[in-house]
Amino acid sequence: MTAPRNFVADHVQAIPRSGIRDFFEIVQSMSDVISLGIGEPDFVTPWHIREAAIFSLERGRTGYTSNLGLPRLRRSISRYVQKHYHVHYEPMTEVLVTVGVSEAMDMCLRAVLNPGDEVIFHEPCYVSYSPSIALAHGKAVSITTKVEHQFKLRAEDIRAVLTPRSKVLILNFPTNPTGGVMTREDLEPIAALVKEHDLLVITDEIYSELNYTGHHVSIASLPGMRERTIFLHGFSKAFAMTGFRIGYACAPVALTEAMMRIHQYAIMCATTMSQEAAYEAIERGEHEMVEMREQYRMRRNFLVASFKDMGLPCFEPQGAFYLFVPIASTGLNCREFAVRLLEEEKVAVVPGNAFGPSGEGFVRCSYATAFDQLEIAVERIARFVKKLKTV
Amino acid sequence: MEPLLKLLEENALTSPEILAKRLNRPVDQIIKDIKRLEDEKVILAYKAIVDDEKANRQTVSAVIEVRITPERDGGFNRLAARISKYPEVTSCFLMSGGYDLLVFVEGQSLKQVATFVSEKLSTIHGVLSTATHFMLKTYKEQNVLLAGEDHDERLKVSP
Repeated sequence: MTAPRNFVADHVQAIPRSGIRDFFEIVQSMSDVISLGIGEPDFVTPWHIREAAIFSLERGRTGYTSNLGLPRLRRSISRYVQKHYHVHYEPMTEVLVTVGVSEAMDMCLRAVLNPGDEVIFHEPCYVSYSPSIALAHGKAVSITTKVEHQFKLRAEDIRAVLTPRSKVLILNFPTNPTGGVMTREDLEPIAALVKEHDLLVITDEIYSELNYTGHHVSIASLPGMRERTIFLHGFSKAFAMTGFRIGYACAPVALTEAMMRIHQYAIMCATTMSQEAAYEAIERGEHEMVEMREQYRMRRNFLVASFKDMGLPCFEPQGAFYLFVPIASTGLNCREFAVRLLEEEKVAVVPGNAFGPSGEGFVRCSYATAFDQLEIAVERIARFVKKLKTV
Repeated sequence: MEPLLKLLEENALTSPEILAKRLNRPVDQIIKDIKRLEDEKVILAYKAIVDDEKANRQTVSAVIEVRITPERDGGFNRLAARISKYPEVTSCFLMSGGYDLLVFVEGQSLKQVATFVSEKLSTIHGVLSTATHFMLKTYKEQNVLLAGEDHDERLKVSP
Protein backbone atom coordinates (compact mmCIF):
# COMPACT_ATOMS: atom_id res chain seq x y z
CA MET A 1 0.00 0.00 0.00
CA THR A 2 1.38 3.36 -0.94
CA ALA A 3 0.66 6.40 1.19
CA PRO A 4 -2.29 8.43 -0.09
CA ARG A 5 -1.31 11.39 -2.20
CA ASN A 6 -1.74 14.92 -0.88
CA PHE A 7 -5.42 15.62 -1.37
CA VAL A 8 -5.34 19.27 -0.33
CA ALA A 9 -5.86 21.72 -3.17
CA ASP A 10 -2.78 23.75 -4.11
CA HIS A 11 -4.38 27.11 -3.49
CA VAL A 12 -5.49 26.00 -0.02
CA GLN A 13 -2.10 24.53 0.73
CA ALA A 14 -0.55 27.84 -0.21
CA ILE A 15 -2.46 29.76 2.47
CA PRO A 16 -0.04 30.33 5.35
CA ARG A 17 -1.00 29.22 8.85
CA SER A 18 -2.55 32.13 10.71
CA GLY A 19 -0.12 33.88 13.05
CA ILE A 20 -2.95 34.67 15.41
CA ARG A 21 -3.73 30.96 15.78
CA ASP A 22 -0.20 30.12 16.97
CA PHE A 23 -0.34 32.87 19.48
CA PHE A 24 -3.82 31.86 20.56
CA GLU A 25 -2.55 28.41 21.47
CA ILE A 26 0.14 29.81 23.75
CA VAL A 27 -2.40 32.05 25.47
CA GLN A 28 -4.95 29.27 25.85
CA SER A 29 -2.38 27.15 27.72
CA MET A 30 -1.91 29.78 30.43
CA SER A 31 -4.15 30.77 33.31
CA ASP A 32 -4.88 34.16 34.91
CA VAL A 33 -4.17 35.97 31.68
CA ILE A 34 -5.78 39.36 31.11
CA SER A 35 -6.52 39.45 27.46
CA LEU A 36 -6.47 42.57 25.32
CA GLY A 37 -6.36 40.23 22.36
CA ILE A 38 -10.04 39.80 21.74
CA GLY A 39 -11.76 41.07 18.62
CA GLU A 40 -15.28 40.99 19.94
CA PRO A 41 -17.32 43.10 22.35
CA ASP A 42 -17.06 42.10 26.01
CA PHE A 43 -20.69 43.05 26.54
CA VAL A 44 -23.18 40.22 26.60
CA THR A 45 -25.85 40.64 23.94
CA PRO A 46 -28.59 42.86 25.45
CA TRP A 47 -31.24 40.75 27.12
CA HIS A 48 -34.20 41.72 24.94
CA ILE A 49 -32.25 40.52 21.89
CA ARG A 50 -31.41 37.19 23.49
CA GLU A 51 -34.99 36.90 24.61
CA ALA A 52 -36.18 37.36 21.02
CA ALA A 53 -34.11 34.33 19.98
CA ILE A 54 -35.55 32.27 22.84
CA PHE A 55 -39.07 33.38 21.96
CA SER A 56 -38.64 32.30 18.35
CA LEU A 57 -37.59 28.85 19.55
CA GLU A 58 -40.56 28.68 21.91
CA ARG A 59 -42.84 29.52 19.04
CA GLY A 60 -41.33 26.71 17.02
CA ARG A 61 -39.79 28.90 14.34
CA THR A 62 -37.11 26.37 13.53
CA GLY A 63 -37.44 26.02 9.77
CA TYR A 64 -35.52 27.63 6.92
CA THR A 65 -36.17 31.21 6.00
CA SER A 66 -36.08 32.56 2.46
CA ASN A 67 -32.58 32.22 1.01
CA LEU A 68 -32.19 35.96 1.13
CA GLY A 69 -33.30 36.09 4.78
CA LEU A 70 -36.49 36.94 6.69
CA PRO A 71 -38.41 39.52 4.65
CA ARG A 72 -39.12 41.73 7.68
CA LEU A 73 -35.46 41.65 8.68
CA ARG A 74 -34.49 42.70 5.14
CA ARG A 75 -37.00 45.55 5.28
CA SER A 76 -35.53 46.69 8.60
CA ILE A 77 -32.00 46.47 7.24
CA SER A 78 -33.00 48.51 4.22
CA ARG A 79 -34.49 51.22 6.48
CA TYR A 80 -31.47 51.17 8.77
CA VAL A 81 -29.00 51.51 5.91
CA GLN A 82 -31.05 54.32 4.41
CA LYS A 83 -31.21 56.15 7.74
CA HIS A 84 -27.56 55.80 8.76
CA TYR A 85 -25.67 55.48 5.47
CA HIS A 86 -28.01 57.37 3.11
CA VAL A 87 -28.16 54.69 0.44
CA HIS A 88 -31.34 52.91 -0.57
CA TYR A 89 -31.44 49.18 -1.29
CA GLU A 90 -34.62 47.34 -2.30
CA PRO A 91 -35.34 44.95 0.58
CA MET A 92 -36.68 42.18 -1.61
CA THR A 93 -33.97 42.14 -4.27
CA GLU A 94 -30.88 43.98 -3.04
CA VAL A 95 -30.40 42.83 0.55
CA LEU A 96 -28.96 39.42 1.43
CA VAL A 97 -28.70 38.21 5.03
CA THR A 98 -25.51 36.22 5.60
CA VAL A 99 -23.68 34.23 8.26
CA GLY A 100 -21.66 37.20 9.48
CA VAL A 101 -19.66 39.56 7.30
CA SER A 102 -17.09 36.77 6.94
CA GLU A 103 -19.45 34.74 4.80
CA ALA A 104 -20.55 37.86 2.95
CA MET A 105 -16.95 38.75 2.08
CA ASP A 106 -16.17 35.23 0.88
CA MET A 107 -19.36 35.11 -1.14
CA CYS A 108 -18.92 38.44 -2.87
CA LEU A 109 -15.29 37.73 -3.78
CA ARG A 110 -16.29 34.39 -5.25
CA ALA A 111 -19.18 36.04 -7.08
CA VAL A 112 -17.07 38.64 -8.86
CA LEU A 113 -13.56 37.23 -9.36
CA ASN A 114 -12.24 35.38 -12.37
CA PRO A 115 -8.94 33.57 -11.80
CA GLY A 116 -6.12 36.10 -11.72
CA ASP A 117 -8.27 39.18 -11.13
CA GLU A 118 -6.54 41.57 -8.79
CA VAL A 119 -8.06 42.73 -5.52
CA ILE A 120 -6.58 45.76 -3.84
CA PHE A 121 -6.92 46.10 -0.07
CA HIS A 122 -5.33 48.20 2.63
CA GLU A 123 -3.10 46.69 5.28
CA PRO A 124 -2.75 46.22 8.30
CA CYS A 125 -6.18 44.69 8.01
CA TYR A 126 -8.50 41.99 9.22
CA VAL A 127 -6.90 38.57 8.86
CA SER A 128 -9.33 37.07 6.36
CA TYR A 129 -9.01 39.37 3.36
CA SER A 130 -5.90 37.97 1.76
CA PRO A 131 -6.87 34.27 2.25
CA SER A 132 -10.43 34.91 1.05
CA ILE A 133 -9.06 36.49 -2.13
CA ALA A 134 -6.77 33.50 -2.67
CA LEU A 135 -9.65 31.05 -2.06
CA ALA A 136 -11.63 32.89 -4.73
CA HIS A 137 -8.65 32.51 -7.13
CA GLY A 138 -7.94 36.21 -7.12
CA LYS A 139 -4.62 37.94 -6.66
CA ALA A 140 -4.24 39.94 -3.45
CA VAL A 141 -2.59 43.35 -3.83
CA SER A 142 -1.98 45.11 -0.55
CA ILE A 143 -1.35 48.78 0.15
CA THR A 144 0.24 49.74 3.44
CA THR A 145 -1.57 52.45 5.38
CA LYS A 146 0.71 54.46 7.62
CA VAL A 147 0.44 55.97 11.04
CA GLU A 148 1.69 59.32 9.70
CA HIS A 149 -1.44 59.40 7.49
CA GLN A 150 -3.68 58.36 10.41
CA PHE A 151 -3.91 54.93 8.75
CA LYS A 152 -6.04 56.40 5.95
CA LEU A 153 -5.98 55.02 2.43
CA ARG A 154 -4.89 57.54 -0.20
CA ALA A 155 -5.92 57.59 -3.85
CA GLU A 156 -2.32 58.01 -5.01
CA ASP A 157 -1.34 54.79 -3.26
CA ILE A 158 -4.09 52.95 -5.09
CA ARG A 159 -3.08 54.49 -8.40
CA ALA A 160 0.46 53.17 -7.91
CA VAL A 161 -0.68 49.54 -7.83
CA LEU A 162 -3.31 49.62 -10.60
CA THR A 163 -2.88 47.19 -13.50
CA PRO A 164 -5.21 46.10 -16.32
CA ARG A 165 -6.23 43.16 -14.09
CA SER A 166 -7.31 45.36 -11.15
CA LYS A 167 -10.98 44.66 -10.48
CA VAL A 168 -11.92 45.09 -6.83
CA LEU A 169 -11.02 47.47 -4.02
CA ILE A 170 -11.77 46.34 -0.46
CA LEU A 171 -12.30 49.05 2.13
CA ASN A 172 -12.68 48.56 5.86
CA PHE A 173 -13.16 51.79 7.78
CA PRO A 174 -13.13 52.09 10.78
CA THR A 175 -10.29 49.61 10.45
CA ASN A 176 -9.47 46.57 12.51
CA PRO A 177 -6.68 46.72 13.81
CA THR A 178 -5.68 50.39 13.42
CA GLY A 179 -8.84 52.32 14.29
CA GLY A 180 -8.34 54.49 11.19
CA VAL A 181 -11.40 56.18 9.66
CA MET A 182 -12.14 57.98 6.39
CA THR A 183 -14.08 61.23 6.02
CA ARG A 184 -16.09 62.23 2.97
CA GLU A 185 -13.12 64.30 1.79
CA ASP A 186 -10.85 61.28 2.14
CA LEU A 187 -13.26 59.06 0.20
CA GLU A 188 -14.04 61.41 -2.69
CA PRO A 189 -10.71 61.07 -4.57
CA ILE A 190 -10.90 57.31 -4.10
CA ALA A 191 -14.41 57.21 -5.52
CA ALA A 192 -13.23 59.26 -8.51
CA LEU A 193 -10.36 56.86 -9.13
CA VAL A 194 -12.63 53.83 -8.79
CA LYS A 195 -15.01 55.26 -11.40
CA GLU A 196 -12.17 56.25 -13.70
CA HIS A 197 -10.78 52.71 -13.67
CA ASP A 198 -14.12 50.93 -13.57
CA LEU A 199 -13.44 49.08 -10.29
CA LEU A 200 -15.87 47.46 -7.87
CA VAL A 201 -15.68 48.43 -4.20
CA ILE A 202 -16.43 45.96 -1.43
CA THR A 203 -16.84 48.03 1.70
CA ASP A 204 -16.79 46.19 5.03
CA GLU A 205 -18.43 48.62 7.45
CA ILE A 206 -18.75 46.28 10.42
CA TYR A 207 -17.32 48.90 12.81
CA SER A 208 -19.20 51.88 11.38
CA GLU A 209 -21.39 52.44 14.46
CA LEU A 210 -18.21 52.60 16.51
CA ASN A 211 -16.95 55.75 14.83
CA TYR A 212 -16.07 58.27 17.52
CA THR A 213 -15.98 61.26 15.18
CA GLY A 214 -19.76 61.00 14.90
CA HIS A 215 -19.71 61.31 11.10
CA HIS A 216 -19.34 57.95 9.46
CA VAL A 217 -19.61 58.19 5.66
CA SER A 218 -20.04 55.15 3.43
CA ILE A 219 -18.45 55.25 0.00
CA ALA A 220 -21.69 53.71 -1.31
CA SER A 221 -23.42 57.03 -0.65
CA LEU A 222 -21.11 59.08 -2.87
CA PRO A 223 -22.47 60.03 -6.32
CA GLY A 224 -22.22 57.21 -8.85
CA MET A 225 -20.89 54.72 -6.32
CA ARG A 226 -23.99 52.73 -5.39
CA GLU A 227 -23.92 50.77 -8.65
CA ARG A 228 -20.29 49.77 -8.20
CA THR A 229 -20.27 49.00 -4.49
CA ILE A 230 -21.13 45.99 -2.36
CA PHE A 231 -21.96 47.24 1.11
CA LEU A 232 -21.23 44.72 3.87
CA HIS A 233 -22.38 45.09 7.42
CA GLY A 234 -23.53 43.00 10.35
CA PHE A 235 -24.70 42.82 13.93
CA SER A 236 -21.63 41.41 15.67
CA LYS A 237 -19.83 44.54 16.80
CA ALA A 238 -22.51 47.19 17.13
CA PHE A 239 -25.00 45.01 18.96
CA ALA A 240 -22.52 42.66 20.68
CA MET A 241 -23.87 39.65 18.77
CA THR A 242 -20.74 37.90 17.47
CA GLY A 243 -21.93 34.37 18.26
CA PHE A 244 -25.26 34.90 16.48
CA ARG A 245 -23.36 35.13 13.18
CA ILE A 246 -25.56 37.56 11.28
CA GLY A 247 -24.31 39.93 8.63
CA TYR A 248 -25.67 41.28 5.37
CA ALA A 249 -24.65 42.31 1.90
CA CYS A 250 -26.41 45.13 0.02
CA ALA A 251 -25.74 45.57 -3.67
CA PRO A 252 -27.46 46.29 -6.98
CA VAL A 253 -29.75 43.48 -8.21
CA ALA A 254 -27.30 41.81 -10.60
CA LEU A 255 -24.61 41.53 -7.94
CA THR A 256 -27.03 40.40 -5.23
CA GLU A 257 -28.36 37.76 -7.62
CA ALA A 258 -24.82 36.51 -8.29
CA MET A 259 -24.02 36.30 -4.56
CA MET A 260 -27.32 34.61 -3.96
CA ARG A 261 -26.35 31.78 -6.34
CA ILE A 262 -23.45 30.93 -4.05
CA HIS A 263 -25.26 31.57 -0.79
CA GLN A 264 -28.27 29.39 -1.65
CA TYR A 265 -26.13 26.35 -2.41
CA ALA A 266 -23.42 26.82 0.20
CA ILE A 267 -25.45 28.07 3.16
CA MET A 268 -29.17 27.92 2.26
CA CYS A 269 -30.06 30.64 4.73
CA ALA A 270 -28.66 32.29 7.85
CA THR A 271 -29.77 30.70 11.14
CA THR A 272 -33.43 31.45 11.73
CA MET A 273 -33.35 32.20 15.46
CA SER A 274 -30.35 34.48 14.92
CA GLN A 275 -32.27 36.37 12.26
CA GLU A 276 -35.12 36.83 14.75
CA ALA A 277 -32.63 38.20 17.27
CA ALA A 278 -31.15 40.49 14.63
CA TYR A 279 -34.61 41.83 13.83
CA GLU A 280 -35.13 42.71 17.50
CA ALA A 281 -31.67 44.33 17.62
CA ILE A 282 -32.16 46.54 14.59
CA GLU A 283 -35.70 47.53 15.56
CA ARG A 284 -35.15 48.17 19.26
CA GLY A 285 -31.46 47.94 20.09
CA GLU A 286 -30.03 51.28 19.05
CA HIS A 287 -30.20 52.75 22.50
CA GLU A 288 -27.88 50.11 23.99
CA MET A 289 -25.58 50.41 21.03
CA VAL A 290 -25.06 54.10 21.77
CA GLU A 291 -24.37 53.25 25.43
CA MET A 292 -21.77 50.67 24.47
CA ARG A 293 -20.09 53.12 22.12
CA GLU A 294 -19.73 55.62 24.95
CA GLN A 295 -18.15 52.95 27.11
CA TYR A 296 -15.68 52.11 24.36
CA ARG A 297 -14.86 55.78 23.90
CA MET A 298 -13.97 56.19 27.57
CA ARG A 299 -11.87 53.05 27.56
CA ARG A 300 -10.07 54.32 24.48
CA ASN A 301 -9.32 57.61 26.21
CA PHE A 302 -7.98 55.73 29.20
CA LEU A 303 -5.73 53.47 27.14
CA VAL A 304 -4.38 56.25 24.92
CA ALA A 305 -3.51 58.33 28.00
CA SER A 306 -1.98 55.34 29.76
CA PHE A 307 0.26 54.36 26.85
CA LYS A 308 1.37 57.94 26.53
CA ASP A 309 2.29 57.92 30.22
CA MET A 310 4.42 54.83 29.77
CA GLY A 311 6.35 56.39 26.90
CA LEU A 312 4.57 54.60 24.05
CA PRO A 313 2.48 57.37 22.49
CA CYS A 314 0.14 56.04 19.82
CA PHE A 315 -2.33 57.15 17.20
CA GLU A 316 -5.69 57.93 18.78
CA PRO A 317 -8.06 55.54 17.03
CA GLN A 318 -11.20 57.19 15.69
CA GLY A 319 -13.20 54.00 15.40
CA ALA A 320 -13.55 50.29 16.23
CA PHE A 321 -12.19 49.14 19.61
CA TYR A 322 -8.49 48.65 19.06
CA LEU A 323 -5.35 50.56 19.82
CA PHE A 324 -2.46 49.89 17.45
CA VAL A 325 0.54 50.58 19.63
CA PRO A 326 4.02 51.17 18.13
CA ILE A 327 6.51 49.15 20.18
CA ALA A 328 9.68 49.41 18.04
CA SER A 329 11.20 51.82 20.59
CA THR A 330 11.35 48.98 23.11
CA GLY A 331 13.90 47.19 20.93
CA LEU A 332 11.68 44.14 20.49
CA ASN A 333 9.78 42.99 17.43
CA CYS A 334 6.05 42.59 17.73
CA ARG A 335 6.07 38.88 18.38
CA GLU A 336 8.83 39.05 20.99
CA PHE A 337 6.98 41.88 22.69
CA ALA A 338 3.71 39.95 22.77
CA VAL A 339 5.25 36.67 23.91
CA ARG A 340 7.37 38.25 26.63
CA LEU A 341 4.51 40.41 27.86
CA LEU A 342 2.42 37.28 28.08
CA GLU A 343 5.07 35.24 29.87
CA GLU A 344 6.34 37.96 32.19
CA GLU A 345 3.15 39.86 33.00
CA LYS A 346 0.34 37.62 31.78
CA VAL A 347 -1.23 40.16 29.48
CA ALA A 348 -2.20 39.06 25.98
CA VAL A 349 -1.97 41.49 23.06
CA VAL A 350 -1.86 40.51 19.40
CA PRO A 351 1.40 40.91 17.45
CA GLY A 352 0.81 43.46 14.69
CA ASN A 353 2.12 41.23 11.92
CA ALA A 354 -0.89 38.97 12.36
CA PHE A 355 -2.65 41.71 10.37
CA GLY A 356 -0.11 41.66 7.55
CA PRO A 357 3.64 42.22 7.30
CA SER A 358 3.18 45.98 7.59
CA GLY A 359 1.90 45.45 11.14
CA GLU A 360 5.44 44.65 12.31
CA GLY A 361 6.51 47.12 14.98
CA PHE A 362 3.01 47.29 16.46
CA VAL A 363 0.81 45.30 18.80
CA ARG A 364 -2.97 45.44 18.82
CA CYS A 365 -4.66 46.06 22.15
CA SER A 366 -8.40 45.57 22.21
CA TYR A 367 -10.37 47.72 24.62
CA ALA A 368 -13.37 45.46 24.39
CA THR A 369 -12.41 44.40 27.89
CA ALA A 370 -14.05 45.30 31.20
CA PHE A 371 -12.65 48.44 32.73
CA ASP A 372 -11.30 46.88 35.92
CA GLN A 373 -9.36 44.41 33.78
CA LEU A 374 -8.03 47.22 31.60
CA GLU A 375 -6.70 48.99 34.66
CA ILE A 376 -4.75 45.96 35.84
CA ALA A 377 -3.52 45.26 32.31
CA VAL A 378 -2.21 48.81 31.98
CA GLU A 379 -0.31 48.54 35.27
CA ARG A 380 1.29 45.32 34.13
CA ILE A 381 2.20 46.63 30.68
CA ALA A 382 3.71 49.77 32.23
CA ARG A 383 5.88 47.62 34.50
CA PHE A 384 6.97 45.52 31.52
CA VAL A 385 7.81 48.52 29.34
CA LYS A 386 9.73 50.19 32.14
CA LYS A 387 11.82 47.07 32.59
CA LEU A 388 12.58 46.98 28.85
CA LYS A 389 13.55 50.61 28.73
CA THR A 390 15.89 50.45 31.73
CA VAL A 391 17.81 47.42 30.46
CA MET B 1 -21.08 66.61 34.17
CA GLU B 2 -23.35 63.76 33.09
CA PRO B 3 -20.61 61.28 31.98
CA LEU B 4 -18.76 61.85 35.25
CA LEU B 5 -21.91 61.11 37.26
CA LYS B 6 -22.51 57.98 35.26
CA LEU B 7 -19.04 56.65 35.91
CA LEU B 8 -19.38 57.35 39.62
CA GLU B 9 -22.76 55.65 39.68
CA GLU B 10 -21.15 52.60 38.13
CA ASN B 11 -18.28 52.57 40.59
CA ALA B 12 -17.90 55.31 43.17
CA LEU B 13 -14.44 54.05 44.08
CA THR B 14 -12.93 54.98 40.71
CA SER B 15 -10.04 57.34 41.45
CA PRO B 16 -9.96 60.89 40.03
CA GLU B 17 -6.81 59.96 38.06
CA ILE B 18 -8.60 57.13 36.28
CA LEU B 19 -11.74 59.22 35.78
CA ALA B 20 -9.59 61.92 34.22
CA LYS B 21 -8.06 59.46 31.76
CA ARG B 22 -11.39 57.98 30.80
CA LEU B 23 -13.03 61.34 30.25
CA ASN B 24 -9.99 62.92 28.68
CA ARG B 25 -9.93 65.81 31.17
CA PRO B 26 -7.44 67.17 33.71
CA VAL B 27 -7.41 65.53 37.15
CA ASP B 28 -7.80 68.73 39.16
CA GLN B 29 -10.90 69.59 37.13
CA ILE B 30 -12.40 66.19 37.98
CA ILE B 31 -11.64 66.65 41.69
CA LYS B 32 -13.27 70.08 41.60
CA ASP B 33 -16.34 68.77 39.78
CA ILE B 34 -16.82 65.94 42.27
CA LYS B 35 -16.50 68.36 45.16
CA ARG B 36 -19.11 70.61 43.59
CA LEU B 37 -21.50 67.72 42.96
CA GLU B 38 -21.15 66.74 46.59
CA ASP B 39 -21.59 70.31 47.84
CA GLU B 40 -24.67 70.82 45.71
CA LYS B 41 -26.07 67.52 46.98
CA VAL B 42 -26.31 66.17 43.46
CA ILE B 43 -24.32 63.26 44.83
CA LEU B 44 -26.11 62.31 48.04
CA ALA B 45 -23.98 59.45 49.33
CA TYR B 46 -21.60 56.64 48.39
CA LYS B 47 -22.57 53.16 49.51
CA ALA B 48 -21.71 49.51 48.96
CA ILE B 49 -24.27 47.15 47.47
CA VAL B 50 -24.17 44.00 49.58
CA ASP B 51 -25.39 40.49 48.87
CA ASP B 52 -27.09 39.90 52.24
CA GLU B 53 -27.23 36.16 51.73
CA LYS B 54 -23.49 35.89 51.17
CA ALA B 55 -22.84 38.25 54.07
CA ASN B 56 -24.91 35.89 56.18
CA ARG B 57 -27.29 38.59 57.25
CA GLN B 58 -30.75 37.78 58.50
CA THR B 59 -32.18 41.07 57.28
CA VAL B 60 -35.90 41.13 56.52
CA SER B 61 -37.13 43.47 53.81
CA ALA B 62 -40.65 44.45 52.91
CA VAL B 63 -42.47 46.83 50.60
CA ILE B 64 -45.56 48.43 51.97
CA GLU B 65 -48.32 50.03 49.94
CA VAL B 66 -49.71 52.87 52.00
CA ARG B 67 -52.89 54.84 51.36
CA ILE B 68 -52.97 58.24 53.05
CA THR B 69 -55.24 61.30 53.19
CA PRO B 70 -53.79 64.31 51.43
CA GLU B 71 -53.74 67.49 53.51
CA ARG B 72 -55.12 70.84 52.50
CA ASP B 73 -51.80 72.66 52.46
CA GLY B 74 -49.11 70.20 51.50
CA GLY B 75 -50.82 67.34 49.72
CA PHE B 76 -48.96 64.19 50.51
CA ASN B 77 -45.61 65.78 51.28
CA ARG B 78 -45.79 66.31 55.03
CA LEU B 79 -47.03 62.83 55.76
CA ALA B 80 -44.56 61.25 53.33
CA ALA B 81 -41.67 63.15 54.93
CA ARG B 82 -42.83 62.04 58.35
CA ILE B 83 -42.95 58.39 57.33
CA SER B 84 -39.54 58.68 55.64
CA LYS B 85 -37.92 59.78 58.90
CA TYR B 86 -38.24 56.37 60.54
CA PRO B 87 -34.86 54.58 60.38
CA GLU B 88 -36.66 51.35 59.37
CA VAL B 89 -37.73 53.05 56.13
CA THR B 90 -35.01 52.74 53.46
CA SER B 91 -36.94 54.36 50.59
CA CYS B 92 -40.27 56.06 50.13
CA PHE B 93 -42.01 57.04 46.89
CA LEU B 94 -45.26 58.81 45.96
CA MET B 95 -47.04 56.64 43.42
CA SER B 96 -49.81 56.90 40.88
CA GLY B 97 -52.48 54.19 40.91
CA GLY B 98 -54.27 52.26 43.63
CA TYR B 99 -52.27 53.52 46.60
CA ASP B 100 -50.28 56.62 47.44
CA LEU B 101 -46.93 55.75 48.98
CA LEU B 102 -44.62 52.83 48.33
CA VAL B 103 -42.47 52.37 51.41
CA PHE B 104 -39.42 50.10 51.57
CA VAL B 105 -38.67 48.84 55.05
CA GLU B 106 -35.82 46.82 56.51
CA GLY B 107 -35.54 45.11 59.88
CA GLN B 108 -33.70 42.43 61.82
CA SER B 109 -36.64 40.05 61.97
CA LEU B 110 -40.15 39.49 60.68
CA LYS B 111 -41.44 40.52 64.05
CA GLN B 112 -39.56 43.79 64.05
CA VAL B 113 -40.99 44.79 60.67
CA ALA B 114 -44.48 43.66 61.66
CA THR B 115 -44.28 45.71 64.84
CA PHE B 116 -43.15 48.75 62.90
CA VAL B 117 -46.14 48.45 60.56
CA SER B 118 -48.77 47.76 63.18
CA GLU B 119 -47.55 50.05 65.93
CA LYS B 120 -45.92 52.93 64.10
CA LEU B 121 -46.87 53.23 60.45
CA SER B 122 -50.56 52.37 60.58
CA THR B 123 -51.20 54.44 63.68
CA ILE B 124 -50.00 57.68 62.08
CA HIS B 125 -52.91 60.07 61.74
CA GLY B 126 -53.79 60.26 58.03
CA VAL B 127 -52.71 56.72 57.15
CA LEU B 128 -55.82 54.96 55.86
CA SER B 129 -54.48 51.50 55.10
CA THR B 130 -51.31 49.46 54.57
CA ALA B 131 -50.55 46.29 52.60
CA THR B 132 -47.23 44.69 53.47
CA HIS B 133 -45.29 42.38 51.10
CA PHE B 134 -42.23 40.60 52.40
CA MET B 135 -39.36 40.01 50.01
CA LEU B 136 -38.33 36.38 49.62
CA LYS B 137 -35.27 36.43 47.41
CA THR B 138 -33.17 39.03 45.62
CA TYR B 139 -32.29 38.49 41.97
CA LYS B 140 -31.14 41.96 41.04
CA GLU B 141 -30.17 44.82 43.33
CA GLN B 142 -29.61 48.34 42.04
CA ASN B 143 -28.62 47.16 38.57
CA VAL B 144 -26.42 44.34 39.85
CA LEU B 145 -27.47 40.79 38.96
CA LEU B 146 -26.86 38.58 42.00
CA ALA B 147 -26.49 35.44 39.94
CA GLY B 148 -23.88 36.38 37.35
CA GLU B 149 -23.94 35.30 33.73
CA ASP B 150 -21.61 32.75 32.16
CA HIS B 151 -19.19 34.72 30.13
CA ASP B 152 -15.91 33.02 30.77
CA GLU B 153 -16.00 30.81 27.71
CA ARG B 154 -14.93 33.75 25.62
CA LEU B 155 -11.90 33.08 23.46
CA LYS B 156 -8.77 34.68 24.83
CA VAL B 157 -7.49 35.81 21.43
CA SER B 158 -9.53 36.37 18.31
CA PRO B 159 -8.98 38.40 15.14
